[in-house]
Amino acid sequence: MSGAEILLECLKREGVDVIFGYPGGSVLPIFDKLYDAPIRFILTRHEQGAAHAADGYARATGKVGVCLATSGPGATNLTTGIANAYMDSIPMVAITGQVKTFLIGNDAFQEADITGVTRSITKHNYLVKDIKDLTRIIREAFHIASTGRPGPVLIDIPVDIQQQDTDFIWIKEVDIRGYKPTYFGHPGQIKKAAKLISGSQKPIIYAGGGIITSGAYNEVRQLAEKINAPVTWTLMGIGSFPATHKLALGMLGMHGTAYANHAIMESDLIIAIGARFDDRVTGRLDNFAPYAKIIHIDIDPSSISKNVKVDVPIVGDARNILAELLEEIKKIPDTSAWLKTVEAWKQKYPLAYKEGDKIKPQYVMEQIDAVTRGEAIITTEVGQNQMWAAQWYKYRYPRTFISSGGLGTMGFGFPAAMGAKVGCPEKIVFDIAGDGSIQMNIQELATCVCNKINVKVAILNNGYLGMVRQWQELFYKKRYSYTRMSSPDFVKLAESYGAVGIRATKKEEVHPAIEKAIAIDNTVFIDFQIEPEENVFPMVPAGEAINRMIGGMA
Amino acid sequence: MKHTISVIVENKPGVLARIAGLFSARGYNIASLAVSETLDPTISCMTMVVEAEDEKILEQIKKQLNKLIDVIRITDFTKKEHAERELILVKVNCPSKERARLENLLKKYMAKIIQHRESICIIEAVGQQHQIKQLLEALTQFGIEELIRTGKIAMA
Repeated sequence: MSGAEILLECLKREGVDVIFGYPGGSVLPIFDKLYDAPIRFILTRHEQGAAHAADGYARATGKVGVCLATSGPGATNLTTGIANAYMDSIPMVAITGQVKTFLIGNDAFQEADITGVTRSITKHNYLVKDIKDLTRIIREAFHIASTGRPGPVLIDIPVDIQQQDTDFIWIKEVDIRGYKPTYFGHPGQIKKAAKLISGSQKPIIYAGGGIITSGAYNEVRQLAEKINAPVTWTLMGIGSFPATHKLALGMLGMHGTAYANHAIMESDLIIAIGARFDDRVTGRLDNFAPYAKIIHIDIDPSSISKNVKVDVPIVGDARNILAELLEEIKKIPDTSAWLKTVEAWKQKYPLAYKEGDKIKPQYVMEQIDAVTRGEAIITTEVGQNQMWAAQWYKYRYPRTFISSGGLGTMGFGFPAAMGAKVGCPEKIVFDIAGDGSIQMNIQELATCVCNKINVKVAILNNGYLGMVRQWQELFYKKRYSYTRMSSPDFVKLAESYGAVGIRATKKEEVHPAIEKAIAIDNTVFIDFQIEPEENVFPMVPAGEAINRMIGGMA
Repeated sequence: MKHTISVIVENKPGVLARIAGLFSARGYNIASLAVSETLDPTISCMTMVVEAEDEKILEQIKKQLNKLIDVIRITDFTKKEHAERELILVKVNCPSKERARLENLLKKYMAKIIQHRESICIIEAVGQQHQIKQLLEALTQFGIEELIRTGKIAMA
């Protein structure tokens, strides 16, 4: 078989049923084999769109997302998407063509040292130098991408290797001596954790993205209900615990709810599961949760004790560890007084916004929630749109909130929505965008319409780069330096691509616009003209302790 | 504070770049680095001396290294009993009438003159870090022109 045939055969055996990508000279042999292969290929309009689509597909389905690009600029166009997947620990395999083996290092046409460029933003990467290594490399890449703490893996395949022939020998077992993640927690540590839990009075569960990766959704709920502890989540942990549950505290951190932030600051025990104590959550580190002991459950040992001192570290897979922890906890802590305190905070400091003449973005999110009843998949761009989407929709299930957390990539949401819809065609998929973000990968409108990937995009159009404008208002004396933005007529733009455009300028038009968009069998852009200077509250200014919030009713 | 760690890695291209990249990306400083194949040609050993102000930073360094797919094992020699050596070449000013004095000095250390011409001598020395430091201090009286070091290697 040729290298190209071996690649496709391996992808098929790894269970890949869709690849997102863009052709070019260095991948012609692969594309020739794709022409009549049983794998679905989706041609995007920019390689960045392909990378983000593979990422969105992976987040929505739990499978490894695959993207394919040519050498040189094709490969470098993938880098933002790869860095994005790396920061959020998403399983992805990126395949790039490369110039012929004997031309590498020669400054050849469309040559780029992509393995060098992506070394620090991939979990691992490979340059295939010998066709005999190809099958092993692909097997290893999928194994590395999808196990332990997942991450993107890049495979760079020179075009002459794609054309060479060799015998195809499948590899059943993958064994990498330098890579042996720990999946089961240390029993002694689990016992210690159980004791701490039993002895606490103000426990709180701090739920992160690792719960979703691990599939520990049921176990977290069982734990919270068993020990009667309130649950707060990170941006990546949205969906790990139902927002409608009575123990739910909403998101914590810089734009989290006031009651979640007060709760974590006043707690005496933090049970951190699959979360990494990121700066958006902790605020000022020397001030963070001063009264709390910390149990930290994570599959990545380097995340533990990185930012905060941990009392009981437990390395391993969240689902396995929680199952054992549930068995180990014998005495149930008495948290009734704590729950009353937390409930009082919820009543005193709810998430709130003021009504106004123009459409309020929070209202748009509430209406999307009402119409879809928490059953949609929501993707977001970055900035105010992202925060409102995180705050004002009640996420009940994992893999329903897809957002660029670690890297914060504008332009992620639209192609990610595309990937999510391909992975979950029966779901309604909504991208919540700003007028700035949507213009970054707008070209994917063509991909959506062409492939009948019917995504709905809610553009929260305020004529500004909203989040930056908010910081300029609060900290730079309203000097709106280059944040005022002009945009095209989004309705006409959508129509020019063969999609549908709807505009809403008044509050009463919001609900009907959403219903209409969902009923239309096509990709729909809804241009919501919202209050231009609406701010996201509460807010913890950078460098402050997280209970020093400003704005809203905190 | 300086810590000595040895990292056993896959002997493949790019591994050195990955480790160096990890250090530079996180702002950790490598004071010295010695790499070569081991008895197993598929495995290399890298011995590094790293600067880390406290234990917490060193712990993070070790954890980040362990995360790398090509890293097989890490040994931290700093708190263990271990044998250590480094080899240096020093170019020293030495007119012929000073030769005898220089040779006497070198006898005290595991050092010898391996090349000489006119009034320049190239000296080779092998020893522990503190011995090398003492030798270099003693050689300043002659005038050191050039110095090259291999970096420390260690074995427990």
